[in-house]
Amino acid sequence: MAALVPTVRVQMERFDLGAEADKLSAGRTDVGAVATFTGICRGDENGQAITALTLEHYPGMVEEEIVRHAQEAATRWPLLGLTVIHRYGRIVPGEQIMMVATASSHRQAAFEAAEFLMDFLKTRAPFWKQVESSTGTDWVDAKQIDDAAAERWRYPYEERERS
Amino acid sequence: MSVTLRYFAWVRERIGIPEETVDLPAEIATVGQLVGWLAQRGEEYAYAFENPAVIRAAIDRAHVTPATAVTGAREIAFFPPMTGG
Repeated sequence: MAALVPTVRVQMERFDLGAEADKLSAGRTDVGAVATFTGICRGDENGQAITALTLEHYPGMVEEEIVRHAQEAATRWPLLGLTVIHRYGRIVPGEQIMMVATASSHRQAAFEAAEFLMDFLKTRAPFWKQVESSTGTDWVDAKQIDDAAAERWRYPYEERERS
Repeated sequence: MSVTLRYFAWVRERIGIPEETVDLPAEIATVGQLVGWLAQRGEEYAYAFENPAVIRAAIDRAHVTPATAVTGAREIAFFPPMTGG
């Protein structure tokens, strides 16, 4: 069986969640489960109304980090397909920010791999959110709960071997 | 050693520039020592690095810790904890 090649895209443009999920099972009959997660821009942050989010990213590193975690997910779970799309730039409340879709024969692997990827995207992928409101702009603070969520997968926070 | 430094999010805003090329003094061996050296380069840098414990770093686009050696690095980035997803 050929190694899974994850689809990873970092882009300004919107994406079509349904179309991306459908691609994972199109033209094949071995996929029995596709799990999707979509992050959507809320209209409030810490109880205050916001007008937009702006996502800054580290081009190059962000794609490499996502691919590395996607490959890690593929070694941990029997995945048949994997798509991660994350937007950057200005995003208004109600718009999609990012998506993860995982395909497998059965649901457990699809659910777990999607959750694993989300936990690591939150804490390891170099994106930073800034909120815009009537009082100006403010950087979103990292949440300890996200660090704890990533930690439960027991992935060491240490340097990767440098080539 | 000449190296490109890149700054993101509020680290970039506080320093006032997204990137620069600097000649590192030979006595700087680790990422943590580099943070200490940068913090002394002026008010903006002191403000950006006032709490070194929250600063994250990457060398040549891979996450590193303060103890990581800077030897051979081409690009070193500094940024706050990440908030994607």
